Amino acid sequence: MIPRTLVESTAHDLMTRASIDIPADYLSGIKAMASEEEGDLSSFVLRAMLENYEAASEDRRPMCADTGVPRYYVKSGNEAQLDGGFIALEQALRSATAQATHDVPLRPNRVHPLWRTDHNNNVGINAPEIEYSFEPDADWVDITTVHKGGLFGTDYRMLFPGDGIDGIKRFFLDGMIAFGKRGLACQPAIVGIGLGGSKDTTMVLGKQAACLRTVGDRNPDPKIAALELELQDLGNSIGMGAMGFVGKSMVVDCHIEVGYTHTGGMPMSLHAFCLSSRRATARIHADGRVERRTDPRWFTPYMRRETVEWTPAEASSKKSA
Amino acid sequence: MDASRGKLKEVRLTTPVTPDQLKTLEIGNVVYLDGVIYTARESVYKKIITDGAAPPEDFATLGNVNFPCSPAATVEADGRLNVGAVTATASFRFSKWMKDWFRISGAKMIIGKGGMSEADYRSLFVPVGAIYLTTVGYGTGALLGRGIKKVRAAHWLDELGIAQAMWVLEVERFGPLLVESDLAGNSLFEANNREVNAGLAKLYEGLKPPSLSRYGETDDRGQELI
Repeated sequence: MIPRTLVESTAHDLMTRASIDIPADYLSGIKAMASEEEGDLSSFVLRAMLENYEAASEDRRPMCADTGVPRYYVKSGNEAQLDGGFIALEQALRSATAQATHDVPLRPNRVHPLWRTDHNNNVGINAPEIEYSFEPDADWVDITTVHKGGLFGTDYRMLFPGDGIDGIKRFFLDGMIAFGKRGLACQPAIVGIGLGGSKDTTMVLGKQAACLRTVGDRNPDPKIAALELELQDLGNSIGMGAMGFVGKSMVVDCHIEVGYTHTGGMPMSLHAFCLSSRRATARIHADGRVERRTDPRWFTPYMRRETVEWTPAEASSKKSA
Repeated sequence: MDASRGKLKEVRLTTPVTPDQLKTLEIGNVVYLDGVIYTARESVYKKIITDGAAPPEDFATLGNVNFPCSPAATVEADGRLNVGAVTATASFRFSKWMKDWFRISGAKMIIGKGGMSEADYRSLFVPVGAIYLTTVGYGTGALLGRGIKKVRAAHWLDELGIAQAMWVLEVERFGPLLVESDLAGNSLFEANNREVNAGLAKLYEGLKPPSLSRYGETDDRGQELI
């Protein structure tokens, strides 16, 4: 039985670490880009960001004052037992959000959309968001938080089957150029692309692709994996770098997630995470052990299952998440 | 790390900034600030400009550097103010306040994110001898937070909230910041945009147009959304 207090203290720790410590995979991605960048200004920006990550870790202060709109991704093992159930888990996550907002401190970004009411704790109606997924044959609970801003760098478009890969490339370029100017997308970033599903699914998949996969991770479908790399190269050939200055640092990595969609359509979403692509994950085991990591391992073979029945045997025949 | 940094000129300025100091700055220079700066964004602009409220302290002591931002900050139980990191918010929304703000506050330097348009600089900034500095990244919140040595006051905290209050900050080597507009109203971003735009058309070569256009769609990728 996983106690509520353990969920709360773990979530508080996740909020803190996500805001302060840049994940290692993303850091190496930026370092690689910084060593390749030839534009003077773009290169200066990347090196300043590298210094900034160090300052954040040394001082234990947030790397970016826009600590985003805090949210959680919860993956629960099918056999996991939570004391007080999921209602207690949600209470613990809301409480940890409010406490961490004060303690870190995080910026109290969350306001009512119309009345601009600010509780100064990042908690309100539908905030923080909590998304769920499940995993067979497991008794742990994984909690991930990401601190992502919310104003720029995201777009949606209904494409059609006839638009094909050309349509995907055009919309990708449109979004990267439009939001890349003046660096509003806070590039270079991990770019997530959602393809298919219903409109809402497309948006959710694209955001999860940006936020919940690490730099260097490839989609298990080899053709989608190739498209990820092709779009990454395309983004980096725009001629634009950090802050929209002349350069070639736009896309640290590109991740695509798909969902079966309406036969007449090919909806697409585009999500740029940011120059401070922040995430932290913890696994709470049934015996109370807590393991920290920065790879959310959200897209498991079970998540990407394609057929009616699913057996763990399929997992071993596909790349493990 | 310092090889490329050496290519950009670095300048350290003390606030309040003087016309002679601003004259020497060129777009693309790296600036660090020492002295006093204050935050003010839409709620403070509205309160002072639209509602006619008196500034909470004299602009002579606030200085002439306005940083429209929201800090990641906390008010402790004993009233102490704790600022962890600071990062600017996108500035294009604030140009409509600038004419009156310059007149009332005497500000000569705006620090922000993403800049404003060259047209705004020429019509609003140039006549009063003001320039715009952009934060780097965005954002180097931890480095900027490190540059804050003391929070001198947070005015209108209860009324406007942490994000919108007027924070008065004593800073030391606050930066890095980049000169985005100079006294002639040239924009670093727009100069870079012009160079980037020249190569955009060939990216789309051979890609067929989408089967369904969107309302208001343009093929001119040289345009900006702001």
